[in-house]
This record gives sequence, C-alpha cells and structure tokens, in this order.
Amino acid sequence: MWIFYVLLLFMVIACIIAVQTDNLLSSIICVGAVGAIGSLMFLLLYAPDIAITQVVVEVLALVVMLRVTISRDITFITGDREFFGTVTSIVIILIIFLAGIEVFRTLPAFGVPVFSQFSNAASQTYITEGLTKTGAANIVAAIILDYRGYDTLGEAAVLFTSIIGATVILRKETRKQVESAR
Amino acid sequence: MKGMTVIVKTVSSWTKVLIFLFGIYIVLFGHLTPGGGFAGGVILACSYVLLLLAYGREFAEKNLSLGTASKLDCAGSLLFAAIALTGFLYGSASFFYNFIQQEYLAGHNTAFKLVSAGIIPLANIAIGLKVGASLFMIVILLSAFRPEMSGREKE
Repeated sequence: MWIFYVLLLFMVIACIIAVQTDNLLSSIICVGAVGAIGSLMFLLLYAPDIAITQVVVEVLALVVMLRVTISRDITFITGDREFFGTVTSIVIILIIFLAGIEVFRTLPAFGVPVFSQFSNAASQTYITEGLTKTGAANIVAAIILDYRGYDTLGEAAVLFTSIIGATVILRKETRKQVESAR
Repeated sequence: MKGMTVIVKTVSSWTKVLIFLFGIYIVLFGHLTPGGGFAGGVILACSYVLLLLAYGREFAEKNLSLGTASKLDCAGSLLFAAIALTGFLYGSASFFYNFIQQEYLAGHNTAFKLVSAGIIPLANIAIGLKVGASLFMIVILLSAFRPEMSGREKE
C-alpha cells in the first residue's frame, strides 16, 4: 500500500517541475515521468491492459512533443506569472481538492469493489460467465469487443473523424492549388 | 531532416523488426493476454515512427506512404464495421453478435487457445490495423509538415 503513496509523491513532484520550469525540454521529460509512474501504478493495481496502453501512447505523444519542441527556435519560457491567473487557478484547485475529499469519504474501502456487494450486478455476470459465453480468456477483451462492442465502435469512429480533421487541416496543398498546377 | 548518425541507424534497423513483431503479437494474442487492438496498433505505429526518426521522413514515406496509410486506416474501419454488421445475417438479429463463437465454436472447449473467442481476434486485428495506420499518419502530419508550411508563408 505504501508504494502507491511513494509513487504519488514522485508524480506530484514531476507535475510541479513540469509546470514551474522555464525549459520546455525538461518540462516534456517531466510529463513523460508522470506517464511512466502512472503506468507503473496501473500495473501494481492489476490492470496490465491499461498499463500497456498508457506506456505506448505516452511514448508516441512524447515523440511528437519532442519533435515539435526541438524544431522551435525558442525553447525557454520568459516573463512573469500573472497574479490574478495564479490566484484563480489555486482557488479552483483548492475547491476541487475539498470536493474530492468529500467524495472519497463515501467510497468503499480500498480493494473492495462496489459491484462485488451485489450478486446481480453486470460486472459479476461478466466475471462468472465471460469465459464460457465469449471464449476469451482475457476478460477485458471480452468486455470491450463483445459485451460493450458498441462503445468500441464509437471510439473507432471518434479516432477516424479526428484523423480526417487533422489530415484536412495539416495538408500541404489545397485542392484549388492542385487543380491550378495541372 | 536527413536522419541521424550511423549508430542510431544501425541499432534502429535491428530493433524495428522486434518492435513490429511485438506489436503483431500483442494484436494477435489480445484475447488471451493483456493488450489488444489499440495497444498493439500503437506499437506497430511506434516501429514506423522509429524509422521516421532515425532515417528521416523520405525513407519512412517510401516504406509506408500517406496514401497507403490512409487506405489501411479505412480498411480497418470497414472491417470492424463489417464484423459488427455480420451478426445480422444470423438468426438472432443483434449488433455485435459473436456469430463464430455462438454458431461454430459453441460445443468445443477452446479456452486459452489461439483460435477461440469468435469475432474478438478478428476485431482486434481490424482495430490494430486502423489505429496503427492512423497514428502513423498523425505523427507524419504533425512532425513533418512544418517546413513546407513555413515555406509557403514566405512566398
């Protein structure tokens, strides 16, 4: 249990460094440290699927951010903080923190899933009948591609639409330029 | 960008194959071990991003051009939607009906085997194809189109 607190402490330190440092490169490296520690925490919480996805997406995002940062001329942030903006963000974070403490007070104890208290909950059906009904040994794959396949289809549609948008915005030549060049 | 030094090129020419194989393994065994279509697809994209970083953009685009990546992306999406719609052809008309498991593999004990779980491995392959191609496209678009953009602004 104590390992989560240690990892959380490192995560908070990396977040503060990422926000406070002037150098963009060290800021990106600290964001990568946050992602790596998050993946480690998912692994220790027995969620290897999420851990693998987290670490590979983090690597890809870091590569894109590093390429963009290195190609910029200025990699140092200069100038002072605005007083009003800093105070506003600190107040908002404090309100969210207090609300979070209230929410966590109502949760069941750590390691006791709330759905295990009800025998007819959906998750209990998935766990007990998932292997015989779908034949998939990995229960996560059975849920996201069989029981909840509709969600995955929507997720794929969102990714497809965002790729179309990025391709349209970042293209080299417009259609008029291509037609006039012929 | 013309690529990196000869050390980086040599090492990445060995490791890119292993990364690609690992991605294929994660996709194909997604219904047995942790992983699945999305994670495996990102690993497949990562092997091409390694090519892009080590050898430069021209070499990566010669291996997998933007047009081919876009076609693979569309093929993956169509395959996934087709798998979802094929359930309508069988008796109980429902979306995402696991027809292979229910109609052909129902009586067999296929637990923990590679050929099991019906449509789940097929859907994993479709999603892996789609995610890998589209994320490679995103990386090429975001990281490699900047010089042309600034060049056009100068004109």
